[in-house]
Amino acid sequence: MDWLTTVDHKKIGILYLIAGGFFFLVGGLEALLIRIQLWKPLNDFVSADTYNELITMHGTTMIFLAAMPMLFALMNAVVPLQIGARDVAFPFVNALGFWTFFFGAVLLNVSWFTSTGAPAAGWTAYAPLSGPAFSTGHGMDYYVLGLQIAGIGTLIGGINFLVTIINMRAPGMTFMRMPMFTWASFITSALILFAFPALAVGLAALMFDRVFDANFFDPNNGGNAVLWEHIFWIFGHPEVYILILPAFGVISEVISTFSRKRLFGYSSMVFATILIGFLGFMVWAHHMFTTGLGPVANALFSIATMLIAVPTGIKIFNWIFTMWGGSIKFTSANLYAVGFIPTFVMGGVTGVMLAAAPADFQYHDTYFVVAHFHYVIVGGLILGIFSGLHYWWPKMFGRVLNETLGKWTFWMFYIGFHLTFFIQHFLGLLGMPRRIWTYLDGLGFNEMNLISTIGAIMMGIGTIMFFLNVVITNAKPQNAADDPWEDGRTLEWTIPSPPPEYNFKQTPLVRGYDAYWKEKMDGHKGMTPAEPIGSIHMPSPSILPFTMSLGLFITGFGLMYSRDWTFITEHIGFYVAGLGLLITFGSMFLRSVYDDHGFHIEPEELEDKGVKA
Amino acid sequence: MSTHSHAEGHLPHEPEKATLEGRNKVLGFWLFLGGETVLFGTLFSAFLALRHQVLDGPQPNELFKLSLVAAATAILLTSSLTSVFAIQALHNHNVKALINWLIVTVVLGLGFLGLEIYEFYHYVHEGHGFTTSAFSSSFYTLVGFHGAHVAFGIFWISSIIGQLMKKGLTVVTAPKVYVAGMYWHFIDVVWVFIFTVVYLMGKVV
Ligand code: HEM
Ligand SMILES: [Cu+2]
Repeated sequence: MDWLTTVDHKKIGILYLIAGGFFFLVGGLEALLIRIQLWKPLNDFVSADTYNELITMHGTTMIFLAAMPMLFALMNAVVPLQIGARDVAFPFVNALGFWTFFFGAVLLNVSWFTSTGAPAAGWTAYAPLSGPAFSTGHGMDYYVLGLQIAGIGTLIGGINFLVTIINMRAPGMTFMRMPMFTWASFITSALILFAFPALAVGLAALMFDRVFDANFFDPNNGGNAVLWEHIFWIFGHPEVYILILPAFGVISEVISTFSRKRLFGYSSMVFATILIGFLGFMVWAHHMFTTGLGPVANALFSIATMLIAVPTGIKIFNWIFTMWGGSIKFTSANLYAVGFIPTFVMGGVTGVMLAAAPADFQYHDTYFVVAHFHYVIVGGLILGIFSGLHYWWPKMFGRVLNETLGKWTFWMFYIGFHLTFFIQHFLGLLGMPRRIWTYLDGLGFNEMNLISTIGAIMMGIGTIMFFLNVVITNAKPQNAADDPWEDGRTLEWTIPSPPPEYNFKQTPLVRGYDAYWKEKMDGHKGMTPAEPIGSIHMPSPSILPFTMSLGLFITGFGLMYSRDWTFITEHIGFYVAGLGLLITFGSMFLRSVYDDHGFHIEPEELEDKGVKA
Repeated sequence: MSTHSHAEGHLPHEPEKATLEGRNKVLGFWLFLGGETVLFGTLFSAFLALRHQVLDGPQPNELFKLSLVAAATAILLTSSLTSVFAIQALHNHNVKALINWLIVTVVLGLGFLGLEIYEFYHYVHEGHGFTTSAFSSSFYTLVGFHGAHVAFGIFWISSIIGQLMKKGLTVVTAPKVYVAGMYWHFIDVVWVFIFTVVYLMGKVV
């Protein structure tokens, strides 16, 4: 119950981690099933239809239900601490964001258990394949409504982080003293703010096409299928930066901590992050080179895309220069961070190859593309998340993850990863198409696919090893020091692990970049407080975020089955949808009428006790 | 920091920005409107891409009754003005005037909504249903999204009026009023674009 009503950002971070971790396992299982199907030619382990469901759900799950929530987990757990804030700007909205994500995710996955099966039009849901003419049944309805509900959660989460970072920094924490992870979260949140509404419109239009016979994307009724591609990618390309920028942030923190050096070129890092975020919006049509936009459009988008390599290159060199001459400690967190660099570089290089429009006609829809984006999202993002988890685990849970097991896990995962995806570049160059259920013998694909599958199994084992580590660690007592790595540089390491509900007994006074490190170098034991000890105001817990999201979940169901359920009268689905909206709006009404006065923690009660986890 | 420290009667000039909560709300709402801008921008793009696909349905220039739309526009723009008066009353701490101006705003909003419903009803009779063509789908989606925003605004401002009557003007209610005012202006601005892009351009080509 405590967890259903919590508005504490640290607990919400843990909720995001549990849910995201769960869906990472689900998406991983789907990936393994795909790879088992492809391990030999003419395999019939799963049917062609199931295969389409598997790739669609794997891509969708990994991006929206695993990677984003795990990043939100880190952001929730860390950002307020790094800026010296007691809380986020909108604790209630923060909880609401989690629950809408969660119910959207559940709705999407319910589709597996229905008679018409899961969505099967690919995670990009290209029209008209995703429209009512080709995707009969309810699979795509689950996609549209599940993502719509989850997307609301992401959007309000993004706004929450933006306001928190702009308005709630501790005294002295200017923008140019903000830790890189906070900067990355800031830019990511801005991208979310401008990208997700476009997706919301696309999904709504597709929903109207499917449920209410609208004609947005159906060429037979004057609709335009390319319009879907534009709307999807104007969201979809920024989305990949939404995913990767926080990973960049993690890498910057981890590398500088474990090299015991200030991040090289801090201001150029900030600038590069902003520039990447900005350019991210200018390049969406590089996903559409083969759609037929014409040579002028292709040339412009091709050049714009290659430009992104410049700020990205700056970041890579800065990380390397940070390590240069540092006294490097290869903890598990740092192994992941260092492993990230060459892998991400490779993903970037193949990205530039794909950005050359004429070459893309060759690579398009082959395994070369699959290899490229997995180098970026697994070799970049997932390694970044693992790095961040090892790094901040003590802060989140008060326990240090087992280092030996952590290193074994890293090597298992890392080797498995390269086995799986390196070879796919060559499969692609040989012409193996993406999104195919099976392939013929004698095309020269057999051995490489087998190796790829073995690699995927190794990654699976690695993931299980990580979860084992979590279980083992959880059995240990909570005894992590405030600054368990001893070289902590930023504010989160100045408070107990795990932090008390109110984070900072006294708001710290920030006197420079790497605030804590600066105090250490000046010979101080901790931060200078910026205020006297006093009574602290906290928001009260609430069940309303949960009920609001539950209402949306019910609405989604009702809409989907508006035509099928006729057992009492017609359109029962619409009544169900109405009921759901009533629950949601009713909860909103309650929220607006009863002001939350919260409660106060008085100075006598301020003992440093952390969240229970 | 705490919301209780400002006793009633000692309201600062801009009570909506007196507390951190209030400032957060106002900033958060500005950002939210940024997202809404993208939302409507995407809807406009879809409409622009599809507006010539009328199939067998009526052409926009046969369909639209500009006099009706102009009346609706005038009503909505006036309501923006009355919401400005409401915010002025807020800054003068005149709760009575504030409530009255909000009520006028809501009534004007209802008038606009009434005209819009009548308009839609009329179009459907002319053979311009939601499913008629790509033009009609995108038309109803864009204009309807705006109408839904107006309807939501009416509920929202009404609930704020209720709170003002019960609790008066405090540092808790003031940001709510202020933010609702911002929302109302935003809806108005969007309507100006709809009037231009949908109706006027529909009459021209
Ligand atoms: C961890 C091990 C993973 C393995 C073994 C794996 C494997 C695969 C395979 C075999 C495909 C099908 C390619 C095709 O037929 O087109 C695929 C597609 C995809 N994967 Fe992964 N993947 C993994 C992780 C991830 C992660 C972490 C993400 C994102 C965060 C991701 C995102 C995608 C996407 C977006 C697609 C495209 C789906 C589509 O074509 O609709 N994958 N993956
Ligand atoms: Cu892209």
